[in-house]
Amino acid sequence: MVDALAAMLANADFWSAVLRVATPLVLGTLGVLLCERAGVLNLGIEGIMVAGAFTGWLAVHAGASLWTGVLVAAATGAAFGLLHGVLTVSLALSQHVAGLGITMFASSVAYYAYRVSFPNVSTPPTIQPFVEMRWLELPVLSAQTPLTLLALALVPVVAWVLNRTPLGLAVRMVGENPAAAEGQGLSVSAVRMGAIVAGSALMGVAGAFLTLSAFNAFFFNMVNGRGWICVALVVFASWRPGKALAGALLFAFFDAMQLRLQQADVGGLPYQAWLMLPYVLSIVALIAVARRASYPQALMKPYRKGER
Amino acid sequence: MTDTVLRLAGITKRFGSLVANDAISLELSRGEILALLGENGAGKSTLVSILFGHYVADEGSIEAFGRPLPSGDPAAALAAGVGMVHQHSTLADNLSVLDNVMLGTEPLWRPVSRRREGRARLLDTARRFGLAVDPDARVARLSVGERQRVEILKALYRDARVLILDEPTAVLTPQESEALFATLRGMVAEGLSVIFISHKLDEVLRVSDRIAVLRAGRLVATMAARDTTKSALAEVMVGRAIPPPVTKPHSRGDAVCVIDRVTMHGERASARLEGASLSLHAGEIAAIAGVSGNGQAALVELLCGLRAADEGRVTLGGRAMPADPAAWIAAGTARIPEDRRDVGTIGDLPVWENAIAEHYRKPFASAGIVRRGAARSFARRLVDRYDVRGGGIDTPARALSGGNMQKLILGRALSGGAARAADFLPTLIVASQPTWGLDAGAVAWVHQQLLDACARGAALLLISEDLDEILALADRIAVIHAGRLTPARPARSWTLAELGLAMAGEGARDAA
Repeated sequence: MVDALAAMLANADFWSAVLRVATPLVLGTLGVLLCERAGVLNLGIEGIMVAGAFTGWLAVHAGASLWTGVLVAAATGAAFGLLHGVLTVSLALSQHVAGLGITMFASSVAYYAYRVSFPNVSTPPTIQPFVEMRWLELPVLSAQTPLTLLALALVPVVAWVLNRTPLGLAVRMVGENPAAAEGQGLSVSAVRMGAIVAGSALMGVAGAFLTLSAFNAFFFNMVNGRGWICVALVVFASWRPGKALAGALLFAFFDAMQLRLQQADVGGLPYQAWLMLPYVLSIVALIAVARRASYPQALMKPYRKGER
Repeated sequence: MTDTVLRLAGITKRFGSLVANDAISLELSRGEILALLGENGAGKSTLVSILFGHYVADEGSIEAFGRPLPSGDPAAALAAGVGMVHQHSTLADNLSVLDNVMLGTEPLWRPVSRRREGRARLLDTARRFGLAVDPDARVARLSVGERQRVEILKALYRDARVLILDEPTAVLTPQESEALFATLRGMVAEGLSVIFISHKLDEVLRVSDRIAVLRAGRLVATMAARDTTKSALAEVMVGRAIPPPVTKPHSRGDAVCVIDRVTMHGERASARLEGASLSLHAGEIAAIAGVSGNGQAALVELLCGLRAADEGRVTLGGRAMPADPAAWIAAGTARIPEDRRDVGTIGDLPVWENAIAEHYRKPFASAGIVRRGAARSFARRLVDRYDVRGGGIDTPARALSGGNMQKLILGRALSGGAARAADFLPTLIVASQPTWGLDAGAVAWVHQQLLDACARGAALLLISEDLDEILALADRIAVIHAGRLTPARPARSWTLAELGLAMAGEGARDAA
């Protein structure tokens, strides 16, 4: 068992797989993080990823370029983000209920549109996905597609925006104390709306990674709970982009490991036990790390101007 | 060019059927401190919220520096040079002082926040007005007084020419208030103007040039501070003379509650006690004086059954008490918590449910079902008898003003769920800052209720930061500092200087 593990860890393919698994999680986690830093929980992520995966893929299938597909996915995410913003910011409805509603709505619409577009196919139609960046000539990274590079690059960008720019300060302030932000002359709803739309666009791209890079087709249940993992990762990361990357990599590490352990048949355990591993370890990590986390103080608190 | 910096004309604001501001017209001159005086609910906060753009007035107009101020737009108010220090802190705890001050002062799309310039400007402003702060401190770590300095700096940093302060001294110690007044005087000397909201007559008379008195949404009088007296002001504010509380003679009875060498551990100083001993007697008022955060919270939690003593023991009526709030209530403890909004009431629940919150099992429920009729008629009587105004029993508790909320809590605690006042007398009353933030009328009323209960034989523990309150009410006084309690001595045997020293931790060493 130990030998098998050591061999696995020494293999560059394993680490390539880790990065590949981590990419949608990084994008999605950054998206959730942006929304939550502004004080809005976005449980729509699971459905927004499905919708992004579908529209991005559909655009490419219809003849658009891959990057256009990514933009279409981002726009799809932004549109659902706008809907979530109207429900939770303008109408100040329950963020849980609105988010779950968006998830069900977005995934149902995507599945429905897929069925309508391709009524008589037995095997899912495919596209030519992003290719690996062989030209990069770096171990592990050169086995990735440009979308992974984009995800990795976005981590410091988001961190910079949040911590070093006036815009980021405004986002953090509406998530901490919206009344204070308003007292300083900011529009709380505009800042929150912007953060939700931007975050949801990232979620759409996270979904598109699955159809445009990891696979080459759209099929049902392909997001498979990744959105929920992102929601947990944000807590694990204490709402910090750098830690979010670390959390996504950690989860991906366990996920890639369990895939290999299933095949290796070590320890005589049924493969379902290995399937559970990343989730169990995520919960353990959450308990170990997140108990000390300091939540954005206004998270999940709708702000109604002029109310007493 | 006149010296008028701000002109309010005919401001009217209604919340449903309540007229919070009724055609109020006011002017503010350059270099003047104008006090807005009035009881809770008189419409002071509403008026300045309209001025600053948090609310939109139903009628009336505002002019700042000769130009009309658009309504409902804090950004416009800030741009016009109007700054506001709110009653409740509007700082983000998890962010630094500099973050809080700089927010909204830069174009949002600037790629890098100019923090070095911001810091220099903040320090410069702080030096100019004598308001020392550490720009990098996290706001959560600051004391109440420091937070207020940051709030004022937030406005000054933006070159505010008019500063509105909503009840700024409500949370300050006397020394901190003194420092604040010095700052305000320095500001008007530089040509700024200040609107200062308060219901404390002494400080209004001391600090302001002109006083505008609001009552029930109307502006009833404006006068120069030097032309009036405290009692005249009180009558204008309340609309009648306030009788001082009547002290009925009461005799000290048996020890009801004994705290015996109790030690409680805690991370923060406010949550610690070290070997505290105190006995509370029937018919007697014992008071704990001290600066907040010195272990008062731990003492209250102990006596409300929220936490257990780590060492030592506490008895009520001779029985050792567990850390179980229900057991303390059952044993006749009346609890008046310090934070009436967060701990004392459940804001989203209606008044009637709050009224039975301590007795929802007995007698207001049977077989697991709340007896709504009985509960509601109990609440109706309570609201009646304790004069809780601002809505009926179906109003959510958060809509009540602080004074009315306190009346509700006091009524709930003192009636113990009994239908008639005569049917119940608490064994022990734990009153923590019972008059914090209340106006003169409400303070007198609360004091009278407490004195009456004591005269009937309840033991009262009064925990207060207000030395005037303690000296007016207490039979015995103990001072708390860093979790240590001095022995309780008769109130008359303490001098003010002794109390001050003990509160600073000087006397405690001799006593130990």
